[in-house]
Amino acid sequence: MGSYKHWEKLEKNALLLGVLIAIAVSLGGLAEIIPLFNDAQTVKPAPGVMPYEPLRLAGRDVYVREGCYNCHSQMIRTLSFETQRYGERSSAGEFVYDRPFQWGSKRTGPDLARVGGKYSDAWQRAHLLAPRELVPRTNMPAYPWLAEEKIDGEELQARMRALRTLGDPYTDAQIAGAAEAVLDKTELDALVAYLQGLGVKSLPATAAVTP
Amino acid sequence: MPTRETYDDHVIRLFLMAAAVWGVVGMSIGVLAAAQMAWPALNFDVSWLTFSRIRANHTFGVIFAFGGSALMGTCYYIVQRTGHVRLAFGKLAMFTFWGWQAGCVLAMATMPFGITQSKEYAEPEWFIDLAIAVVWVSFAVVFFGTLARRRIAHIYVSNWYFGALIIAVALLHIVNNLALPVSLTKSYTIYSGAVDAMVQWWYGHNAVAFFLTGGFLGMMYYFVPRQAQQPLWSYRFSIVNFWALISIYMWAGSHHLLYTALPDWVQSVGMVFSVVLLMPSIGSAANGLMTFNGSWHKVRVDPAAKFMVLALVFYAVSTIEGSMMAVRSVNSLTHYTDWTVAHVHAGAIGWVAMITIGSLYAMAPRALDRPAMHSTPAMNLHFWLHTCGLLLYVISMWAAGVTQGLMWRATNADGSLTHDFLSGLIATQPYYLGRFLGGALVLSGMVVMAWNLWHTAAPARAGLIKPILVPAPELIPEPVPDQFPAPLPEKA
Repeated sequence: MGSYKHWEKLEKNALLLGVLIAIAVSLGGLAEIIPLFNDAQTVKPAPGVMPYEPLRLAGRDVYVREGCYNCHSQMIRTLSFETQRYGERSSAGEFVYDRPFQWGSKRTGPDLARVGGKYSDAWQRAHLLAPRELVPRTNMPAYPWLAEEKIDGEELQARMRALRTLGDPYTDAQIAGAAEAVLDKTELDALVAYLQGLGVKSLPATAAVTP
Repeated sequence: MPTRETYDDHVIRLFLMAAAVWGVVGMSIGVLAAAQMAWPALNFDVSWLTFSRIRANHTFGVIFAFGGSALMGTCYYIVQRTGHVRLAFGKLAMFTFWGWQAGCVLAMATMPFGITQSKEYAEPEWFIDLAIAVVWVSFAVVFFGTLARRRIAHIYVSNWYFGALIIAVALLHIVNNLALPVSLTKSYTIYSGAVDAMVQWWYGHNAVAFFLTGGFLGMMYYFVPRQAQQPLWSYRFSIVNFWALISIYMWAGSHHLLYTALPDWVQSVGMVFSVVLLMPSIGSAANGLMTFNGSWHKVRVDPAAKFMVLALVFYAVSTIEGSMMAVRSVNSLTHYTDWTVAHVHAGAIGWVAMITIGSLYAMAPRALDRPAMHSTPAMNLHFWLHTCGLLLYVISMWAAGVTQGLMWRATNADGSLTHDFLSGLIATQPYYLGRFLGGALVLSGMVVMAWNLWHTAAPARAGLIKPILVPAPELIPEPVPDQFPAPLPEKA
């Protein structure tokens, strides 16, 4: 009964209540998020992981825009039945250039973290345009509009500059060459290039500009 | 007091009607999305009708547009009644109504066209985030301004939850949405990879904690005792649960990332706090249910009480389930499957929607100057449509989730996988039909509610409503200090 007096003071003072609420709700985030910024595991790229080259970056932005993460994860968990099905487990260093992360929360379709190279370009294109032609029982929707829209090179350059501001090490030459790298490419081309690079340790950007 | 104040209920009536409209809109999109899972051709090859684009419209529509409108409306109702005071800053309160509706319309109109951050439950792009932040700060000013001029010294527990909702959601919304805009329609988050994942699920989980749990507990703590006509079972228990809930919840978000590339220690911390969270969650549900002691007959005759009791049961069910799913070994089975979908809908259709509907049915006649809702049979019909739909939905998705989880992990004697991925999807498809039917039932119940509210609001539309007087100060007893809160009467 006696200790109740302290609570009573709190419950009659809106300002004090508000301040204590703010403190109570801040601790968890401070403790769990701040250390990650200084954790090499989460902020340093794994060996061979480079910023996305222009066409793949454009493809990634299409992936993000279409909301593919609603049905596909990009995270191979540390469970044997996962690594058997999808390949080597995912590591934090593989995702340092992913803005936003696309680990997903639901697999209506399979994980895509290492889908690169598992199917041919032609299969991926045909599957995106009409999935049920290739896999009759799938419930994936068709994305025919991807073949109609072209990638905007100037917009892509602006995006690369923004990513550089955020810390991704794009060089001036890479940004300058970006418009040419995506010239006449459709969103479908870009998305397929992105998918085919998933889980394949990124090649140096120069290798992609001169195929 | 020279002249008596009246309660500012106009803005509450607007939020009430907006909640009904958004409920129907958000759930209709959900039913379309559910239909597409069963029959994928239903996107008609149109980009802005496709599942991956409209899923955010469903979640944003029901959480922020429907849930948000209901929360702000009931919050304004409760803070006035528990403080015996008129809403502060009436014009700003009207701004929060129109601002919130505009923000919701803007979000719903941009996301299907690919203008999205693709962070779950935080999809709207940066300019909408800014607008939402302005409205939210205005909401904070109205709420805390009203609290500051209250005439009852003690701040009722509902208001602590609304205060926590406002403060925590502001923090979560701002931190998670920090982004560098490239153009009006595209931005990049300042976080990347594993850090972004942690920030996102710190946000995502606590949007559930403070928006879908804390805010609705605020609603529960006012309307359950009101409808049961009983004092809260234990006021002291509500205090303990409040502080435990708001401080523990914030640590639990990383349970969304078990077995992933997030550093192990963060996963473990999230798992432990998720299990501890069971205590205040069950405590809050129990406190609400025990409040019905002595009034259980109301569950037979009062549809609003029916909704409230079942809401509390489903709160308890889904929070036990959630803590269990946050344990690594269970999570290895449930994660990425439809069990997650079952869990969130047990919470959303069971707890959030039912406590909201119960509270709206309790509040609407009072706010609309009517002795009762227009139609009691319609409320009962709504209850059964909603309950049957909920059970059909959740049981279908539980079955689907367990099927997927077991098929994904099944191995043969030689260690190879038994099933390819597609077999798991094919085995799930009958359950997608059950989910669609369940969702359709819930939606039809919402339509019945909207019809009922429309007719109950007839005097309001005709401008016939008499403002309700704030009780005269001399009628407000000051509690005896040492007996505060008043001890419950001995139960016979």
